[in-house]
Amino acid sequence: MAAVEPRASQSSGRGARHAEVVAKILLAASATLAAGGILVITLFVAASGWPLLQQTGWWAFVSGRVWSPGTGVFGILPMIAGSVLVTLGALVFGCGLGLPAAIYLAEFAPRRLAGAVRQGVQLLAGIPSVVYGFYALTVLVPLIRRVSSGSGYSVLTGGIVLGVMILPTVVSLSEDAIAGVPAEHRLGALALGATRWQTMVRVLLPAARSGLVAAIILAAGRAVGETMAVIMVTGNVARFPSSLFDPVRTLTGNIALEMAYAAGEHQEALFATGLVLFLFTMSLNLLARAAGRRKRPG
Amino acid sequence: MNAATHERLARLLVGAAAAITIALLVTVVMGVAAPGAAHITPSFLFTSPRSMGREGGIAAPLAATVLLLGVALAVAAPVGIGTAIWLTEYLRQRWLVAFITFATESLAGVPSIVFGLFGFAVFVLRFRMGWSVWSGGLTLALMILPTIVRTAQEALRAVPPGYREGALALGATRWQALTRMLLPAAWPGIATGMILSVGRAVGETAAVLLTAGSALGMPRHLGDPARSLAVHLYILAAEGISLEKAYATGTVLIILIVLVNALANRLARPPRAGKERWPWSRRPSSNSKKSKSVTMTCRPSPASRSAFRARR
Repeated sequence: MAAVEPRASQSSGRGARHAEVVAKILLAASATLAAGGILVITLFVAASGWPLLQQTGWWAFVSGRVWSPGTGVFGILPMIAGSVLVTLGALVFGCGLGLPAAIYLAEFAPRRLAGAVRQGVQLLAGIPSVVYGFYALTVLVPLIRRVSSGSGYSVLTGGIVLGVMILPTVVSLSEDAIAGVPAEHRLGALALGATRWQTMVRVLLPAARSGLVAAIILAAGRAVGETMAVIMVTGNVARFPSSLFDPVRTLTGNIALEMAYAAGEHQEALFATGLVLFLFTMSLNLLARAAGRRKRPG
Repeated sequence: MNAATHERLARLLVGAAAAITIALLVTVVMGVAAPGAAHITPSFLFTSPRSMGREGGIAAPLAATVLLLGVALAVAAPVGIGTAIWLTEYLRQRWLVAFITFATESLAGVPSIVFGLFGFAVFVLRFRMGWSVWSGGLTLALMILPTIVRTAQEALRAVPPGYREGALALGATRWQALTRMLLPAAWPGIATGMILSVGRAVGETAAVLLTAGSALGMPRHLGDPARSLAVHLYILAAEGISLEKAYATGTVLIILIVLVNALANRLARPPRAGKERWPWSRRPSSNSKKSKSVTMTCRPSPASRSAFRARR
């Protein structure tokens, strides 16, 4: 490749070569910037939360049951529980609806209809989380309030809203996973006399398993990291919920709600919360990568 | 239950799931847009909010959103496209390509609130920019960088190798081949990526709230604090200031997203690879390797398509 480079015409030769060198430097610099972003973010968030973690201790911070910035007690176990519970709710709802929808789109939907549904799902993915939060606040919260004894701001409400928000991720990634199964599998099963549904359940879904698992884990990662919709509907009480209708606060909510007025130790504690959240989502993403990369049997 | 009934029932159930998914979309969009549409008037769009947003319109948040997006794109587009070019056209070390790709992809998995924390710690506090359009725009730039890098990379990779080889064979330097052949050919894909990333940035709330603040005034320059549309909607709704204005603001956001989506779809209709899995639904234009390289210059006409199908 390099051998062909210097053969530009005489008049523009030198200018072109200069441009080449400058371009290379600029491009390398931008790549360095882009790759450095994640490192710098990790370092800054970690460094900002570090002093507090040193002082209270990792374990005490993560397993502490009391969050009381006023008295300088920082424990985020209730928030971890909140994030986990709301995410589980979202997975139940989002996968319960999203996986069958993906199966339909991948194998059974007429081509035109599938295209239209895909466009709709894409739009669903683009709607800002604050709009979902607003809609849930005006419709879902009063609804839940009516059917339960609580305020309507609850684990369940958060789970449902997040479930709708992760639907696009679940649907499109699962559909890709099912579509990625080699055609031979499908044709072989059909040739053996299996119906299309039998082919789906016994051949395609098992073959697509690693991709499906990756899709679900990625969706979980998105749910854990979601902020605005969650703080609008979960009530944000930093306590352990005792039922689905109790309010909770998530890790993301903890940061978003208190950052505006936090200072000193309190602010460090919020950065430490961010670090825990960051580790959470990073490990989910790495897990999804590992799951997605596993080779299919056969 | 015999296999045929089973089949029919199962299809019905998965079809219902897809129908519910779409119904949810329609419910949410209509649930916000139906009450909101009536309040969207020119005066709503072009007057600034008064008394916390209870009165007036959304001129200031609209302007703030445009400024934030402008800063974000102005920073992220050159860096992102540059990175993509470096990765696809220049860098030969595979491991380094893999590493940089991994790093930018990890960036995509970071929750927005963590971007907010970072922007707050670095831009707002460390660089003393305060809550400002600058801080918010730079934070957004980081957030949309992975999308721009990935889509630009894909677009550049999709350019047929013949373009590259042809240009070099004619004596062009790599830079000339890049700027005169590859970038123009890949441009629709790159532009689509930029538009999609704008779509994400428009709705971003948490990170913007922490870095650009929530001041309601019209930002006069990039050092001013600003409240984006999404943040405006959040504050109107969460603090119960005005439901009516909140509906209208939400509708404007939805309209923006729909526009962005339509624009992206129009610019590039990427043939989704691997979608045609049943032999009887194959189209030659997106399936056979032979025709792939010619789709850039000549699309098979419907007639040639059916001829092709008949030949198979």
